[in-house]
Amino acid sequence: MKKTSTSVLPAGGALGDEPLLAVDDLHVEFVTRQGVVKAVNGVSYSLNPGETLAVLGESGSGKSVTAQAIMGILDMPPARIPRGEVRFRGTDLLRLPEDARSQVRGQRVAMIFQDALSALNPVFTVGSQIGEMFRVHRGASRRDAEKKAVELMDRVRIPGARQRVHDYPHQFSGGMRQRIMIAMSIALDPEVLIADEPTTALDVTVQAQIMELLAELQRESNMGLILITHDLGVVADVADKIAVMYGGRIVENALVHDIYRAPAHPYTKGLLDSIPRVDQKGQELYAIKGMPPNLLAMPSGCAFHPRCPYRQDNCVTEAPPLYEIGPTRSSACHYWREVLDGSHG
Amino acid sequence: MSRYIIRRLIQAIPVLLGATLLIYAIVFALPGDPIAALMGEKRMDPNLVDIMREQYHLNDPFLVQYWYYLVGLFGGDFGKTFAGVPVTDIMAGKFQVTINLAMTALVMEAVIGVGLGLYAALRHGRAQDSMVLASTLVLISIPTLVTGFVLQLLLGVKVGLFPVAGVTDGWRSYLLPGFVLAGTSIAYLTRLTRTSLVETLRADYIRTAVAKGLPRRRVVGRHALRNALIPLITYLGADLGTLMGGAVITETIFNLPGIGQQLFSSVYLREQSVVVGIVTVLVLIYILANLIVDLLYAVLDPRIRYE
Ligand SMILES: Nc1ncnc2c1ncn2[C@@H]1O[C@H](COP(=O)(O)OP(=O)(O)O)[C@@H](O)[C@H]1O
Ligand code: SF4
Ligand SMILES: [Mg+2]
Repeated sequence: MKKTSTSVLPAGGALGDEPLLAVDDLHVEFVTRQGVVKAVNGVSYSLNPGETLAVLGESGSGKSVTAQAIMGILDMPPARIPRGEVRFRGTDLLRLPEDARSQVRGQRVAMIFQDALSALNPVFTVGSQIGEMFRVHRGASRRDAEKKAVELMDRVRIPGARQRVHDYPHQFSGGMRQRIMIAMSIALDPEVLIADEPTTALDVTVQAQIMELLAELQRESNMGLILITHDLGVVADVADKIAVMYGGRIVENALVHDIYRAPAHPYTKGLLDSIPRVDQKGQELYAIKGMPPNLLAMPSGCAFHPRCPYRQDNCVTEAPPLYEIGPTRSSACHYWREVLDGSHG
Repeated sequence: MSRYIIRRLIQAIPVLLGATLLIYAIVFALPGDPIAALMGEKRMDPNLVDIMREQYHLNDPFLVQYWYYLVGLFGGDFGKTFAGVPVTDIMAGKFQVTINLAMTALVMEAVIGVGLGLYAALRHGRAQDSMVLASTLVLISIPTLVTGFVLQLLLGVKVGLFPVAGVTDGWRSYLLPGFVLAGTSIAYLTRLTRTSLVETLRADYIRTAVAKGLPRRRVVGRHALRNALIPLITYLGADLGTLMGGAVITETIFNLPGIGQQLFSSVYLREQSVVVGIVTVLVLIYILANLIVDLLYAVLDPRIRYE
């Protein structure tokens, strides 16, 4: 049997003040022909056991790159991480040697992806892909690994798991494939699960079922869940807190009910206003005007200023810091008070 | 699956008929008289010529001649040469030589081409990668005739590492000609392998495999390789036919008594039955190789199903 964890990292248990996972001032850039793309510019967020953090933002805002940096699955080069820490139970994963890090990856911090069809290997049975976690990390025999795979497929409620364990990914529906991804990711009871737009490719009804499944698995295991999405509507019921990203930065951090009651950043407000609501049926949906920022030529001052209805003169020159506006809340807007008040009224 | 195989074999019949008819017609249309060609400079007895013409149906119209040939063919009879030797006897030995040569070339192509391609792909964008790419370009641009004679002279005559010509040294006789025959194919397969693995390593499921915490050798050697190999199998299978057909030059340079040489002299002698016989068997080999490739494809890629 292989070791579950290395001596470098503390095993589970009491955490003291340190969160389960803390991303701290993370910067990620890509060296490309066009120049250095600064995809993540000082992102910080944290996660505790049993907690669900929703990371929200338009496509291209750096949500996935942040997650890939946490997992250590970025291709370096072209990617590089000039600054920042990813602390898992107090240990900075970014400074860890590769062999120690690979003991964390997939076993203690796991990830699922948006498109399960392309994320699963087409030439291996789903059973062997799930069972591989036990074969490689636990030294299980082929038979034991298959038994575990069937158990996991049962657990994520795939009908007829015992027969279907020998099927290939393309033989399943989109929702079932995402369940297989989930089964594979929770195989070794990870403490953190990162779900990168797990329902974006699915029908609305299937989306709800997958979200329900994730919430249920989390309750059973008390793992921390990072739920990446560009759809605020998806996370309302399951998330505890929300980090809103724009142009590679966090622009607002808040508990989920606070943000729904009153957003403290114009971008968050724009996102909220663009969710379809029952009482507005038939009305035209609000959409934030303008385009996401070009990472190679970021706007001066506040990156959101070209699209911001609250913009004042100093926004164009002074980049707002992430203001602490409450014990569990921060906003990167000079005029967060006005935004908050405006939201109330 | 077996129904698919039967259907494919039935589909092969018109292909086979078409190919034999075409070749038969071409040889028929060649100028000159086969009996005269057989006798060479010798004067011949006109009675004997008449008997031979009758025996080989040379006085009948083209389609009748072809019909006689086909009837024999389906009974497994490839006919006789004008000298009275059964064509099957001629082909058996010659095909053995060419198959040995083509198989040697195919194995070299697979081992060297896939090996170099994987090496280049794993060092994608670095100096070693560029070096492999540059050498494949060189290999592609030099004609087989040149590589053949140069290698024969260097490694065969000067260094004496390999037999210079002929098939008297057993399997060693085939090494150098095999390499010469495989030359361009090795280069193409190297490039194909490299592209295939580089593309595969970019796939989403590779990112998943990394995120599962699998060691790199497992990510590459199992998850990537299994997928990257699929297009290579097709290429190799299709290439078997090309190698057998392309053996003429190599057989000539290294004086190997294979079908290439035989085809050459039989066309010269208007030995219709030999030419058509050889081509028929070549077409058959080609069809079978493609069928095997398609079946292998279904084994390697579960998304493909044949009914
Ligand atoms: N390999 C790469 N090379 C260059 N730029 C990249 C690469 N990967 C991501 N990016 C850039 O980083 C930015 C953030 O991407 P991502 O984190 O995937 O956004 P999202 O919030 O939609 O998940 C995008 O603008 C993207 O163009
Ligand atoms: S800092 Fe200015 S431009 Fe930026 S979000 Fe706030 S009001 Fe808008
Ligand atoms: Mg993304």
